[in-house]
Amino acid sequence: MTAAGFAPFVPAPVLGLLSPEEWQAVGLSVLVALTAVGASLPFGIALGWLMARRDFPGKSLLETAIHLPLVLPPVVTGYLLLVIFGRKGWLGGFLERWLDLRIVFTWKAAALASAVMAFPLMVRAIRLAFSAVDRRLELAARTLGAGPVDTFFSVSLPLARHGVLAGALLAFGRSMGEFGATIMVAGNIPGETRTIPLEIYGTLESPGGMERAASLVVVAILVSVGALAAGELLERRGRARLTAKG
Amino acid sequence: MCRLGFRCEHRYPDGFRLDAGFELDERVTALVGPSGCGKSTVLAIIAGVLRPEKGAVRLGERVLLDTGRGIDVPPERRGIAIVFQDHLLFPHLSVEGNLRFGLKRGAPRAIEFHRVVDVLELHGLLHRSPQTLSGGERQRVALGRALLRGPELLLMDEPLAALDARLKDQVLHYLAQSFAEWRIPTLFVSHDHADTRRISSRVLVMEAGGIARIDDA
Repeated sequence: MTAAGFAPFVPAPVLGLLSPEEWQAVGLSVLVALTAVGASLPFGIALGWLMARRDFPGKSLLETAIHLPLVLPPVVTGYLLLVIFGRKGWLGGFLERWLDLRIVFTWKAAALASAVMAFPLMVRAIRLAFSAVDRRLELAARTLGAGPVDTFFSVSLPLARHGVLAGALLAFGRSMGEFGATIMVAGNIPGETRTIPLEIYGTLESPGGMERAASLVVVAILVSVGALAAGELLERRGRARLTAKG
Repeated sequence: MCRLGFRCEHRYPDGFRLDAGFELDERVTALVGPSGCGKSTVLAIIAGVLRPEKGAVRLGERVLLDTGRGIDVPPERRGIAIVFQDHLLFPHLSVEGNLRFGLKRGAPRAIEFHRVVDVLELHGLLHRSPQTLSGGERQRVALGRALLRGPELLLMDEPLAALDARLKDQVLHYLAQSFAEWRIPTLFVSHDHADTRRISSRVLVMEAGGIARIDDA
């Protein structure tokens, strides 16, 4: 999205605070973060529920795998994604050959990297939300004629919804700030993969960059703080609702 | 006519052992005994929310559980509704949403929504949230929700516990009305013999995980 694309939503004085390139980076970051969250949310919900409600062989191994992006250096995660989704990677090669779908060095790769990096935060919040749902309410639903899938959608998910939303917001905030894995797998292509952090990085490398990057840094801080605060608020509301008598 | 046949053995990790067997007819039956004697475990096994180590449960002609033959009908297909001791109303639904929960999912026996609302006097509560109800009101909503499931058997876990004398009389009145109106075979658990006498025709006395005696009215 270019600066002109923001014109209907942003007042003119604010529009002037960032350069057209910076607005482009903001628009791209929003697109990348929304795609990352939207694509990973169903998996996050499924895994969060699985980790909260089921015991199975290999659970600790799966938990380690989910949390790995939190502790691995982001460039290592980016490298691994490149190995898997690169043009000669085992999945990337398949996608390009059979579906004519190229991932690396496109905005889709930025979304993929963001989704992978934000996934542990999302799953953690969702898992906590499902753990806080009283299992006996699920059993009550079963005795009232709801099967396991029906119970999930009519009782478990609505009761965990604040936590699920909090997880999605945290992931959105994390995706907006993703840098290391993104630059490995998506590069730094203006208008295509140059998100806010990459734009800041690029600006800093040019003369007088410290001053020029300041407004974008403020945007990044505002977005992160907003996502964190909204996530925390939702988690609190969810906890308050679940501990209320009923 | 026998409505329910129950014969189960179950051992808890703490060593407590349930070993009980009985049959129920169409009447209202009370299962009484001191706390921790296994009454609620019996209800959980009948409702299908707890699988015993060994045993069989039959409702009419249907086998609901037979561990020997690997039969374990899931709770949603047993046609048995349960009123839990702490009601377990869904906090994200209104009173009406709670009442209609079982109704929407194909009740085995048709029970009219408005009739339940009339008999249990729930008109003024329909749009309220369960969190705003008093103990007696929650008990009535939980009973209404279970009735609207149209069950072949109704289970109630301590329906009179934690109610003061005035509320107890009120709930007993609603229970008596419901039993008279819908004649659903009912098994309810209580630790208070005096209360059970007022609404049940038959009393199963439980002690230390087994049925000690049966008192017929």
